Amino acid sequence: MRWIWIDKFVEFQSGQHAVALKNVTLAEEHLHDHFPGFPVMPESLMIEAMAQTAGILVGEAKKFQEKVILAKVKKAVFFNYVRPGDTIKLHTKIESIISEAASTTGKITCGDKLIAEIDLMFSHIDQNLAGKEFPQENFVFSSDTSIFESLLRDVSSGQVGAKVVDSEQD
Amino acid sequence: MAMSRDEILQQVQEVLVDALGIDDDEATAESTLMGDLGAESIDFLDIVFRLEKAFEIKIPREELFPAENLMNEADFVHNGKLTEKGLEVLREKMPHTDLTTFESDPDINKLGDLFTVNAIVNYVEGKLNAS
Repeated sequence: MRWIWIDKFVEFQSGQHAVALKNVTLAEEHLHDHFPGFPVMPESLMIEAMAQTAGILVGEAKKFQEKVILAKVKKAVFFNYVRPGDTIKLHTKIESIISEAASTTGKITCGDKLIAEIDLMFSHIDQNLAGKEFPQENFVFSSDTSIFESLLRDVSSGQVGAKVVDSEQD
Repeated sequence: MAMSRDEILQQVQEVLVDALGIDDDEATAESTLMGDLGAESIDFLDIVFRLEKAFEIKIPREELFPAENLMNEADFVHNGKLTEKGLEVLREKMPHTDLTTFESDPDINKLGDLFTVNAIVNYVEGKLNAS
């Protein structure tokens, strides 16, 4: 099983930017302990959700031919809590991409509210640390990309690479 | 308008403060990136990306921080020191860096010390003048 912290993509422009959406629910058990009587989405998981959003964008830019790992959290600043019932949007953009690494900027919003700003760096591991073995779970995605087809269901069917207008209301 | 050396240094310092999470006054012209400022390999790429943005220049791979590839070549390294051949390549690849101290004892563990704030300023200055 993989921990997936986004529910689907609502925009995806290959090699450029993407927007993913996550619905936060009290059915997520960790919220009962974080914190008792005051459930809020842990900020560490927001970083993970952004790493998945941006990591898939970076991986797709090279057609998933490179193994992508999160190499550095350049910036993570949080402005507001995320509570059960909230729908958050993770916006991310590729700032630079070369054969061995990529740098992304991103923000999380909930309606009009700014939740967080998260800038990341990813390493294309085959280009950088050739020969070193890493456990599969370190990668943003594995060789089986079927999970992404489901995440990209609203923007795929040949449309990855094209901007999809998001008709949903916040 | 051409930037003065001081202006370049100031902007390089800002890049390093952001990239390495150091204090404003920590990066002096003489600081070494790895030894003094604690930079790791992924930070070098981060710095390259940020310099490209800050100065609106293109920095080809390996041009600013070329040493890592040298160390993997048998021809260039012998007994933990760079060979004359290795030094030659290093000189050619790092014209913006003063190598005189390193040449007297070309221990590859000291290669990291060659990456100083000053070397970045020299490099950027060269790039800006060339364009």
